[in-house]
Amino acid sequence: MTQLRTDLQIISEWIKPNTRILDLGCGDGTLLSHLSKTRKINGYGVEYSIDNITTCIEKGVNVIHTDIDKGLSDFDVDSFDYVVMTQAIQALHYPDKTLDEMLRVGKQGIVTFPNFGHWKCRLQLAFGRMPKTRTLESEWFNTENIHLCTVNDFEDLCRKKGIRILERTVVDNEHRTSLGMRLLPNLLGEIAIYRIQRR
Amino acid sequence: MPEQIPDDSVGLVTPETLHFDDELALQSGRTLPEYDLIVETYGELNDDGSNAILICHALSSDHHAAGYHSMEDKRPGWWETCIGPGKPIDTNRFFVVSSNNLGGCKGSTGPMSINPETHKPWGSDFPIVTVKDWVISQKRLGEKLGIKQWLAVVGGSLGGMQVLQWSIDYPDAIKHAVIIAAAPKLSAQNIAFNEVARQAIRTDPEFFDGDFYAHDTVPHRGLMLARMLGHITYLSDDSMGKKFGRELREGKFKYNYDVEFQIESYLRYQGQKFTGLFDANTYLLMTKALDYFDPASEYDNSLSTALQRAKAKYFVVSFTSDWRFSPERSHEIVRAIQDNDLDVSYAEIEVNDGHDAFLLPVEKYLNVFHAYMNNVAKDIQGGDA
Repeated sequence: MTQLRTDLQIISEWIKPNTRILDLGCGDGTLLSHLSKTRKINGYGVEYSIDNITTCIEKGVNVIHTDIDKGLSDFDVDSFDYVVMTQAIQALHYPDKTLDEMLRVGKQGIVTFPNFGHWKCRLQLAFGRMPKTRTLESEWFNTENIHLCTVNDFEDLCRKKGIRILERTVVDNEHRTSLGMRLLPNLLGEIAIYRIQRR
Repeated sequence: MPEQIPDDSVGLVTPETLHFDDELALQSGRTLPEYDLIVETYGELNDDGSNAILICHALSSDHHAAGYHSMEDKRPGWWETCIGPGKPIDTNRFFVVSSNNLGGCKGSTGPMSINPETHKPWGSDFPIVTVKDWVISQKRLGEKLGIKQWLAVVGGSLGGMQVLQWSIDYPDAIKHAVIIAAAPKLSAQNIAFNEVARQAIRTDPEFFDGDFYAHDTVPHRGLMLARMLGHITYLSDDSMGKKFGRELREGKFKYNYDVEFQIESYLRYQGQKFTGLFDANTYLLMTKALDYFDPASEYDNSLSTALQRAKAKYFVVSFTSDWRFSPERSHEIVRAIQDNDLDVSYAEIEVNDGHDAFLLPVEKYLNVFHAYMNNVAKDIQGGDA
C-alpha cells in the first residue's frame, strides 16, 4: 500500500476499532478503505465528484453522492461514532453549518484543514501575493478553497459554537510535529487536525 | 439491421418459454392457475450457480434485453448499452436472465393469452398483477433454472422497483440489489400521468372494455396518446429543447392543426410505432402495478422498517434531469438503507436526458455502473472473477 496522507495517518490512530464512521468529502475512499482493513470500521463516505465516487465503488467503499453544503438530512442524530472531514471544510460554502451538522449526526467530529496562518502563507501575503504552498497548490483564480482559515480562526468558531476541542495536532506536510509546532501551532503548523465534540 | 454483430454484443439469441404448473396466489386475492414466462439468457451459469444476474424490466420493455433475434433485426435488445461482453453487466463472467413480466404481451402469460376457463383471450379480465407478484414469479423462475441466490438483481425505473421489492421479500435470495432511476412509491403526479394514459386507452371506442381482440381491432388512438404522454415524462424539458426546439417541419406556420413542430411529429411517430408493438391491456396493467407499488405500506408506511429484513448490498443510481423519478426519490431509498446499516453506494449522474438516461450510453453512468459490477463479480464463488 502506498504511504497514507499525513493527516489520514494521524486520524487512523485516533479512531477506535469497530466503530461507525461517516467520511465527508471522502475523495477516492482511501481513508475508509484503510480503516475498514486496519480498524474494522464500517460506514459511508460522502462525495460530490462522480469520478471519485466511481473510484470509491471500485475499492468497495460505500459512498453516497451528496452535496455536503445542502446538509446531512439523510443521516439521523448520533448515528455515527465519528464524522470525519479531511481537507474539505475550506472548500464548503457553509463550513459553520456543516460543523453543526457533523456534530448532530456524529458523537465526535474529526476535522483537518490547511492552516492559512502558517508562516509561509503569511510571508507570501506580506509580499503582496496569494499564498501557494505544498498544501495549497492552486492559483487564486481556480482554487476550490473558498473558506480558508487559520488555527486561531477555527478555534474561535468552535468557542462561539460551544464546540469542545478534545484533541489538536498540527503537523507539517511530512507528518512531523515538533516542539515549535506545539508551542506556536498557528505559525508553524501546515495542517491542523482536530477532534471535536458537542458540549 | 446489423450487417455484422458487434463484438460487444451477446449476438443472436433465442427466447425460451418456461411453463409453471403451480398456481400463483396474487396480491389482489385472485389466482393464476398456471402460467408461462418467456425468458432470454446470456452467458453461462457456473457450476455452483453463483454468477446469476436477474434483469427486471420497465413499463414497456420485455425479456429481450440484449442481442439480436435475427440478422434482420433493426435494433438490439432494450439494454444493449449495459449487457454484453465487456459491458457493465459483463456476459463473460455473469449468467444473465431476463424475463417478460406476467401480464406482459411479449410471450409471458398476460391479457392476450387464452383464459383456460373461457378459451378466449383474457382481455381486461386478466388479473391485475403487482410488483410483489412479479417478484414471486421471478423467484420461481430462478428455482427452475437452478439458482438459489441471485448474485444481483438489476433494474431501472419499474424494474428498479422490482429490485427493491426483491431485497425485502427474499433477503436470502439476493446478494446485490442494483436500483436505477426508481422511486420507493409513486407520487400523486406520477399516478396522475398514469391515469391520463389509462383514460386515453379506456375511452377509445376501439377498446371495447378490453375485449378488442374479439372485434379484431386495437385501440390505436388511446394507446398512441398514452405513449405520447409517457414519452414526454421520459425526456427532460432540456433534452427535448436541444433535440427539437421550436423547429418546424416546413419552416413556417401553416395556421392549421397539421403536424407543424418537429416535436409533434416525433411524438406521433413514437406513439404510432408503439401501437403496433404493444398491447393496450398490458399497458393498463403495468401502470396499475406502478401505482400500487409501495413496499413500505406493509410495514407501518416506513421504508426503513421494511428494509429491516433486507440483507443485500445496494447500488442506487439516479439522473439529475429525471423529473419522473427524481434523485430525491432515490435518496429516500438510500436513507432507508442507511437506517439499517446496510451496504449502499449511491451515484447521481449529471445528465440532460431525463428518465430515459438509464438506457443511454452516458459515459459517467456506465463507468460507475461498471465499477459496481466489478465488485459484484468479486462475490462470485470459486473466484473466477
